[in-house]
Order: sequence, then C-alpha cells, then structure tokens
Amino acid sequence: MSMLRGVVDAVRGANLRQYGMIIALVFIMLLFQVLEVMKLDQNFLTPRNITNAIVQNSFILILAIGVMLVIVNGHIDLSVGSVLAFTGAVSAIALSDWGLPWYLAVLAAIGTGALIGVWQGFWIAYVRIPAFIVTLAGMLLFRGLTLWALEAQTISIRSEEFRMLGSGYWIQDSQVAGYHLPTLLIGAVGAGFIIWMQSAGRRNAIRNRIDTGSPVAWAVKTVLLAAATFGGAMVLAAYRGLPVIGIILVALVMAYTFVANRTVFGRHIYAGGGNEKAASLSGVKTKQTSFWVFVNMGALAGLAGVVFTARLQSATPDAGEMFELHAIASAFIGGASMSGGVGTIVGAVIGGLVMGVMNQGMSILSVGQDLQSVILGLVVLAAVFFDVWNKKRSSGPIVGTTPGGSGEAKRRGKGPDDSGPSGDQPKRPDPVGAAK
Amino acid sequence: MSEDILRMRGITKRFPGVLALDDVDMRVERATIHALVGENGAGKSTLMKILSGVYPHGEFEGDIELEGRPARFRGIQDSENAGVAIIHQELALVPELSIAENIFLGNEQAQRGVISWNRTNSVAVELMAKVGLSDSPRELVENIGVGKQQLVEIAKALSKQVKVLILDEPTAALNESDSRNLLNLLRALRDEGVTCILISHKLGEVLSVAESITVLRDGKTIETLDNETDEVDEDRLIKSMVGRDLEHRFPPHRPEVGEVFFQVKDWTVHHPEHRERIVVHGAELSVARGEVVGLAGLMGAGRTEFAMSVFGRAWGSHIQGEIHLDGKKLRLHSVADAIDAGLAYATEDRKQYGLHLDYDLRQNFTLAGIRQVSKAGVVDQHQVTSVSERLRSSFGVKTPSVFQPAGNLSGGNQQKVVLGKWVFTEPELLILDEPTRGIDVGAKYEIYELIHELVDQGKGVLMISSELPELLGMCDRIYAMSAGHITGQVDRETATQEELMRLMTLETAKGGVEL
Repeated sequence: MSMLRGVVDAVRGANLRQYGMIIALVFIMLLFQVLEVMKLDQNFLTPRNITNAIVQNSFILILAIGVMLVIVNGHIDLSVGSVLAFTGAVSAIALSDWGLPWYLAVLAAIGTGALIGVWQGFWIAYVRIPAFIVTLAGMLLFRGLTLWALEAQTISIRSEEFRMLGSGYWIQDSQVAGYHLPTLLIGAVGAGFIIWMQSAGRRNAIRNRIDTGSPVAWAVKTVLLAAATFGGAMVLAAYRGLPVIGIILVALVMAYTFVANRTVFGRHIYAGGGNEKAASLSGVKTKQTSFWVFVNMGALAGLAGVVFTARLQSATPDAGEMFELHAIASAFIGGASMSGGVGTIVGAVIGGLVMGVMNQGMSILSVGQDLQSVILGLVVLAAVFFDVWNKKRSSGPIVGTTPGGSGEAKRRGKGPDDSGPSGDQPKRPDPVGAAK
Repeated sequence: MSEDILRMRGITKRFPGVLALDDVDMRVERATIHALVGENGAGKSTLMKILSGVYPHGEFEGDIELEGRPARFRGIQDSENAGVAIIHQELALVPELSIAENIFLGNEQAQRGVISWNRTNSVAVELMAKVGLSDSPRELVENIGVGKQQLVEIAKALSKQVKVLILDEPTAALNESDSRNLLNLLRALRDEGVTCILISHKLGEVLSVAESITVLRDGKTIETLDNETDEVDEDRLIKSMVGRDLEHRFPPHRPEVGEVFFQVKDWTVHHPEHRERIVVHGAELSVARGEVVGLAGLMGAGRTEFAMSVFGRAWGSHIQGEIHLDGKKLRLHSVADAIDAGLAYATEDRKQYGLHLDYDLRQNFTLAGIRQVSKAGVVDQHQVTSVSERLRSSFGVKTPSVFQPAGNLSGGNQQKVVLGKWVFTEPELLILDEPTRGIDVGAKYEIYELIHELVDQGKGVLMISSELPELLGMCDRIYAMSAGHITGQVDRETATQEELMRLMTLETAKGGVEL
C-alpha cells in the first residue's frame, strides 16, 4: 500500500514542465514505432536507428547547449550556423593547407569560435547592441568569411582521427553475446553513479534538515533513472557501441548541467537573464557574465563545426545553413522562455532529440521534405503552447496574494498582488544604464 | 437624500483553494467619493475587478445593481459602456504615444476607420482642461511626470462618459503636491456628478476626501463608515482593517546609538545620460552604529540617486566624493565591491530591481550573498536551502516553503525577502529605500521590528521614505534633501513634519535641479 502511494507521489511530484518533454519524446518514438510496423512492417526502435538519431544530430545538440545558455541569459544567437561553417572551414584548412595534426586542428576551430564569441560578446555585453542584431550581422559576416576562406570550394578531410570525431565508434572489437562490452560497462558505472549521487544528495539533505519527501518516491525515481541509463547503454551496445560523439555529448551535458546548476557563474547566467536590473543591484557582474556566455557559445559552435566537418568528411561553404534555427527551436521545445531566465541543459538536448527523432522517423516513412518542415514547425508551436498552457494551469493563488493573474503575467514581473506602485514610476534611476 | 448609484450584494468569489470574497456588500451613493480600505489581500482589488467586468458575470456569486438596474458585465467593454471605468495602479498608458492618442486609445475619433486628428486633439484639449492639464495634446506621455500621467488616465475615463470612476491607489506614486491636486480633482468631479471609488493605503488622504468608507478584511465587509457623521480617525480605521488594536504604529524601541562609523563626504553625482546635469550636489551624511537615519525628500530630490551612487556606483556618472567606513576610505567601483565592503541597498522597487519574481525564495535570498554558500565557485545547494529556511523563519515570511516563487508572495512578504537577502550579505550599513511602500499596516509593523533588530545588532540603517510620519516614528536623526542638496538635519526630539517639509522644499542658493 505504501509502495503504491510512493509511486503515486513520485508521479505527482514529477512536475509536468520538467518531465513533459521526456514523456513527449518517448511518445513520439512509440508513435513512429507503431506507424512503421503498420506501414513498412519493420521496427523503428532499433539500436541502429537510435544510434543514428544521436549521431546525425550531434552538432545540433552541441549548438543547442550553447544556445540554451544564451537564451537563459536573455539573448539570442542567430549566427551559430555560420560560425559552425567558418570554424569547420578553419579546421579543414588547418589539416590540409597548414598540415597541422588533428588535435591542433580541433583546437584551432574551437579557438576561432571562442574569438568570434569575444567579438560578438563585446558588442552585445559592453556596447549593448541587441544580440539579435549583432548575431544577425554575424550570420552574414561569418558566412561570407567561410566562402572567402574556402574560396567557394569544398575541402575534404583525410585525417582518420579527425573523422573519428564525427562518425567513429569506441573500441570496436569487444562484443559479448552481440553486445558491445565497454558500452555496457559504462552504462553500469553510470547507473551506479546516479544511485550514489542520489543517495549522497538525500543524506546531505537529511543532515541539513530539508524535507526530502517520501523515501519510496525517492527510491522509485532513483531506480527509474538508473534503469534508463543502463537501458540506454544496452540499446547502444546492441548496435556498434557508444559513438565517439556520444561520449563527447554525455560529457558536455554533465559538465554544462553542473555549471548551470551548481556554480556561481551558472546562477549568474540565470539571474542576469531573469531580471538583469535586480541581478546587477545584487552584485552580479551582468555584462561580464553575458560576455562569457557568448565566448562559450562561440567555442561550442567551433566544436560543433569540427564534429560536422568530421562527419561530412569535408568542409563546404554552405555547411550549417538553418542550424541556428534548429538549435533555437531545440531550446524552446526544451522549455526555454523567450524572456530569459528559464531553461535547462537537459531540456535543450531533449528538445534537439525530439526534432532529430522526428526527422529520422519521417525520412524512413519517406515523408517529403515539404511536409516534414510543416510538421516540425507545428511541433515547435505545440511544445511552447503546452508550456504556456501548463503554466496557466498550475499558477493558482498562494498564501498572502490577491488571487488572479496568469503565470505568463507573473513571468513578466507583474505578479498578482496588491502591493504598491513599484511598477509604475517611469523616471526612476536605471542601474543598467550606469556609467562606470 | 441622494440615491445609491451602485449596490453590490452578497458578492462571493472563489479561486482554487481560496475564498477571496465572502458575501461582500457595498453600497455607493451617487456623486460621492467612497473609499475602500483594507490590508493587502483583503479583497479590494478583486471586488473592483468584479465591478469592472474583469471577472465576468457568472464567475462569482451575488448581484450588482447599477442605477437601480441589474448589471451583468461580460467583460470590461460592457462595464465601460455602462459607465464604470477603473484606473489601475499600473497605469495602462503607452509611453511612446501622445496624450491625445492615449486618451482615445481603443476609442479613436475616426470616421470609417480614418482618424480625424483635428477632432482627436481638440476634444482631448477639452478633456485635459477638465482635469487640469495644460500640456499640448501632442506631447508624448513618456515626457510628462507620473502625476500628469494619472490625470491623462482620468481624462481617458471621462472621454467614455464615466459615471463610476474606480481609482486603485492613485496617489501611491505621487508626491505631496501632485497628490493634493489629484484629490482636489476628485472633489471637482464629484461636484459634477461623477461617483468615485477610491482604493488607498493612505488613510490620511482617505479621511480628508471620502464621504463614506467601506472596510474589507479577509474577504469580508467589516463595516461602512460615514465620514461626516461617525467619529472616524486613522486609529479607528487601522483597528477595523487589521482587526486588532494597533496602539502604536511603531514598535517601542530604546535606541543605543554608538560611534559614527559611516560617512559620505562632498558627494556629487551627474546624470548618467545627460552628463552635464548634476543630480546630487556635495552631499554630506553620516550614520552611527545602532542608529536609524532617515532621508526625507520629495520625489525627484535625488535620494534614490544618492543611495544608488553610493552603492558601488550603481547609478550616475562623474561621481566625486569620499565614503568612509570605520575610518577607512572606501574605493567602490562596482556593486560587488560595495557588498564586499559591507554595504547593502534594498531598492524602492522590489518587483523590478529587488527580486527575481519567477525564482524561488532560495535563489532570491542567496543571490547577493552567493559566495557565502559556495566554495571555489561551486554552490552548495543544500546549504542554500537550509540558509533560506533559516531566513524565512527568522524574517517571518508567510509561505509554505522556500521553493515558492517570490512572485507568489504578497508585497509585505516580498519586502521581507528583500530584507533577508541583504541581511544575509552581513552588511554594516543597510540603505532601505522606501521599505514599507505599498505594504499593509500589519506588515509595516513587522518590517519596523526587523529594522530595530538590525540596529540593535550594531548595524547602521539609512532609511529613505516619502511618508513623514514613518520617518518621525522610526528614525533617530533625519536628513532632508531638496533638489540634490542635503538641506539640513533634525533630531528625533525636535523633528516635526512642518520643519521637515520646510527643509524638503527649500530652494537652494545654487539653484535647483529640474526633474
């Protein structure tokens, strides 16, 4: 009985906003499974398809991580597709024309991306030109520079190691009963790590006398997470094991989740995006934070450029066109708020996977490009609509407030309360415009 | 002798989990000023939203009768057609449009969709004359002060042939003289036959202008007082509003003023955009340990600008002057420097500048003092939670958990969160800018107690307030500021409202600053 209650609590406690997209992703995967069994008499949920969904979208996922932080910080980046193309070109030129080893070519691309971030971050953070304009200019600028650098030609990549980054798999010959052993081991270690982290967190919380909720609910959640991790590893292991890019992605997600949630810098990204004025009056160096967010975005676009070039085995002038829009869409599907301050790294990655899985599923069903684009557009709209609807639904009145007012209104800083005139004095000093 | 223009009977409004209004009755006589008072959350705004059709007929129980006929509004449009207009606290004007355009917004003077600008502007001038506005109708609303903006709102209501005008805290953002003008205008409108319903926290002004006063508490009508026949004064009203006798509006406190530890010398600040404009002129000020120091001044006197420029140059340009703390000269280049040096500034505008309304209390409490809950740039989330729990209980923030977004709290509780946030940075000097603005009487009392606790720990408090009784009740010493100059200081014993007002309006020899 208490077991059942625990499960119910766990389900109820899992707020829709956080897990909605995961549920949607699972639902979309099952939908394609059904459709493909019906129409083509074959499985969609095969280890091969799942591996491909990750590998073929890896560069979008990498971009989405950076774009998510940019959006959380209250900005936007339209230039990432062009930056990806340019940095990809730099890596290809570094390999072929300059004869650099593969790792230096990778560093050259990431470094170039970071420098581009310095350029754009300077205009956005310190000169305070809106990011939309700066990165729109960057989109044109770096596309042009890519054409110029490549002399409108395609450069192909010969370095094996470099290609591995885009399409390689880790330690090929260690299959056991059809499963890739190292991947299984990583899955087991990952599952163990999750259990350890969750227990340590719970112990710590109890020590600090924080309400931890029902132990059964906690156990159910932990076991589900660990099982999902190991299950995911098993699926990958059944094909060719963990792709190199998969390792990179897992590392990025973990590192950036940590930065976003657990570091002062990460909290400052959110605080600056959520309410820049309040943040700067609380001692947050909002300009500096925004600057580094763009430098980081540039570096990640550089990494994505490497991965994309490696996967294509060539650098082309039109690489990465429309990628910025896919990355931005991923962030919004994954729960980012247009007004800043809201969004998670995992959300961005799941948003990217939703788009990737849909692309793949529709391609296998030979849905035409025209219809694919229409459907993806509707999905973006639906995801954000769900978010808005969910907010409205869950924003009931709480202690000490005058009821009424939607969540959206709250998001814009006009909470439904009875208090003073705080919002209506036009001529108050503005800390943001402060001169130093 | 006169009939009721409005009767509301048995109004009951439920929100999920909350009974906002419980069987509320209200009668308003034609051509009177009727005040509606009560603490925050008492249901004033909800009642007025029902009257103005924001909550349409059917979403609440009870009847509304307007001029003897039942009124069933399906929306704001309906109520406006019936002659009910509401002016919200947050003005609904478009700053980039002209006064005339704002007056006729949604009600454009047009024929077959083509706007007649002659008619728009000429009718606007007539309406503006009625409310005492002499500006050009083509002036942009962003260029006129908040007092005049309020008048534009009223002109807008008049353009719709208003019979019942509801004003929600109309004077909260106005200075004394603008407030007086506005109240006079209400009287004039009343004499012309417009009925006004006035929601206000300022009891003095309610008593001076209203014929009758309805008190709401916890969603119920407590009583309706006749200001002309009943014996009504502020204490009587407060008692009725809070349901308890607040013998003293300020908690008793025995000040123990120690050594002067904070000094600002010859502080001059220029406007950040119009750099030739001097906003603070050579201000000098000191605070001792254990002392509550007040800073009085009219709006535009430069009090907030002074405080923010001291707080790590968060406002202004070409800042000159010296700050000394414990005998050491401080060099503050950023807000972070100021926090490190032991200064804290709790802003007058908690929603925009003070809090992250979407974020939970944990993040709000620990944002400014985040380094105390982090090591090597890594935040300890468990410590954040336990520290926030501690602050929540010691500051008496009424909310079920620290995981609650700050935007869900009432004004008074939000203000306690702002105080908690700054106390957590362990400051020596707290600058509190309008710490009780827009919060109700009970919460004010609690804020005053918190301020006393702080000075009892040996900290200094510099308190900016536009309410003179509050400064007189709380401060050991009060500076007055006028047009960027500190024009004098008075001690607790000798201070009177009249003396302060004289200093606050003093024309300085060097010439005032236009604001």
